[in-house]
Amino acid sequence: MINKFTATALAALVVALPAQAQNFDDPVEFAKQKDMLGAAANGDAETPWLQYYGDVMADTSAYKKDGPHTICFSNAGVNNPWRVVGWNTMQAEVERHDNIADFVVTDAEGSDDKQIADIEDLLAGGTCDALIVSPNTTAALTPAVEKACAQLPVIVFDRGVNTDCPVTFIKPVGGYGFGIQSGEFIAANAPEGSDVLMLRILPGVDVLETRYSAAKRIMEEAGLNIVGAEFTDGDRAKTKAIVEDYIQRGTQLGAVWMDAGATSVAAIEAFEDMGLEVPIVTGEDQQDFLQKWQEIGLNTIAPTYPTYQWRTPILAALKVLDGEAIPGPEWNLPQPAITSDNLGDFVNPSMPPLHYAACGCEDMPGYPERWGGK
Amino acid sequence: MIERLKQINPVFLVLALLFVAIAILSPYFLQPTGYMNFLKRAAPIAILAVGQLYVINSGGFDLSAGALVTLTVIGSSILLDGDASATWWVVLVMLGVGVIVGTANALVVSWLKVPSIIATLGMMITLSGVALTWSGGAPRGYLPENFRFFGRYLIKDVPLIKILPVAVIVMVIVCAGMWWLMHRTNYGKRLIAMGDNPKAALLAGVPLTETRIIAFVVSSVSAVIAGILLGGFAGVSTDVGVGLELQAITAAVIGGAQLLGGRGTVGATIAGALVLQAMFTLLNILGFPKPIRDVVQGLILISAVVIAGYRRRRSGG
Repeated sequence: MINKFTATALAALVVALPAQAQNFDDPVEFAKQKDMLGAAANGDAETPWLQYYGDVMADTSAYKKDGPHTICFSNAGVNNPWRVVGWNTMQAEVERHDNIADFVVTDAEGSDDKQIADIEDLLAGGTCDALIVSPNTTAALTPAVEKACAQLPVIVFDRGVNTDCPVTFIKPVGGYGFGIQSGEFIAANAPEGSDVLMLRILPGVDVLETRYSAAKRIMEEAGLNIVGAEFTDGDRAKTKAIVEDYIQRGTQLGAVWMDAGATSVAAIEAFEDMGLEVPIVTGEDQQDFLQKWQEIGLNTIAPTYPTYQWRTPILAALKVLDGEAIPGPEWNLPQPAITSDNLGDFVNPSMPPLHYAACGCEDMPGYPERWGGK
Repeated sequence: MIERLKQINPVFLVLALLFVAIAILSPYFLQPTGYMNFLKRAAPIAILAVGQLYVINSGGFDLSAGALVTLTVIGSSILLDGDASATWWVVLVMLGVGVIVGTANALVVSWLKVPSIIATLGMMITLSGVALTWSGGAPRGYLPENFRFFGRYLIKDVPLIKILPVAVIVMVIVCAGMWWLMHRTNYGKRLIAMGDNPKAALLAGVPLTETRIIAFVVSSVSAVIAGILLGGFAGVSTDVGVGLELQAITAAVIGGAQLLGGRGTVGATIAGALVLQAMFTLLNILGFPKPIRDVVQGLILISAVVIAGYRRRRSGG
């Protein structure tokens, strides 16, 4: 109850601020992402980090420049395993290109203020031919990105900004897509009318809010009973305790929906340790979850927010500096979901437990050691 | 007969009542998996509470215990980084950290004459800062299976009780050791004498600093052991220890320990920890959200102190 109250209060706060006004349950965006999931992406399916939906391209002939280039990157941080995998992947991508003379990187360590200063420093340095930005938060970084746009081609990826001045904004299909994939699986596979527990990391983050609203909408329409939506802070101990509490109350959970996979294994363990059969527990492409899934033979799904999207900004920057048109102002990459059918393609016990399998990094320099594998 | 009943610490009666209520509401708890899982979840808090009792009986508080639990989980996961062969030395290193933290707490209290509530509050903030800096604020690293053995593994096919969690065995061994030290050695007598009246104890030849160091070290080492169990139970977590020091103090007080020292037994403290855990379980079965448990914890802490004071006045103690 308190959680719901806090979430509502936070949502109200977000809506009350005009600059940050965002609707996390937008039927238009929901439909757009649902269509993308059903559509075929353009390009070679072997290199999903270069695929895109639709045919709207950004003209970049004005940015054409002779190489070799200096590419600059303002990173929000490497403060979670997803970003660690992505960052390793991006560095490997840079190594593949001889016409990148210099790759200048700043790490904002999760701070808006530091990232704004970082971008100013990069611009003042005057050596960047193109700037890649992975914003820490959407609203706070918008003015800094707008300033950069006036000086050089900017490519934004992962989280967005509230301006269309960058050449392109690279991201997978999106949060609604993630929620649609897992929501539809539960709607089709959980016992009819059964109880579903929704576990979320924290409120207020757009890519997580949209995952939640999409899945909730689908599961409610399918007649499932959402017994609770609880925040775990991405904490295993909290996750396990919450699931155990629901079990102890006598709730027969037909499924546990997760907005991210970091604590899926903890939710599974709660059932195991109480001697119960594990129901559907959704996850993501972390190796620990995939291996557990294979080991105990779950019936579940793992939507991904693929880390191969960290390859795309480097490739996009080089295309822009060659004056080659790229998808823009939005570049949506495919967002595959792992199912029991293709699980074997992604499980790899020689990679670390928190490695994200959809990294598209298997053919890259330094694989697997660079990603902590053996 | 009634006089003899009055002699029994009421914590045991409360515990019995709570168990009956839980059993009626949820028959699951009558099965071995039910009560064994209950004991498993209570094990870390019972160990922490008995460790805390040492400091309480010496006349102080140890507020740093919860932060040390967090540091143990975070530190172990980062040092281990998923490498199962490192488990043994990492466990030893963390126990060593416990000895250092406990000694530091005691020396600040003894030498610098800082009240223990302030000394350990400072230590709590310091340790939280170390854990936060070390981890970058997000759960990192991974705890291998052999580290998680203590907190998670269940021995199956045991006669009568079917399953036996390793955490429960750890709780029994650790608490038995702490019971022996408190109630069967001269050290235990010195500790209680010191908490009751430090000046009299000093005149009677009790080495106050040494006695205090051992009390704080027992508390800190119990926090490390609780951290190993909690890390094993659920894996890496950045706020696993938040508020545990207050739960431990609450458990000791429910068991009848007198704040500011001199009175408190290990058996009643374990019962106090079980009462606390049973209360949380009961509230959960009744469908109360988590924050309500904090309210109840606060209310029973105050009630326990009031009841204990009333009983002491009645008995003239």
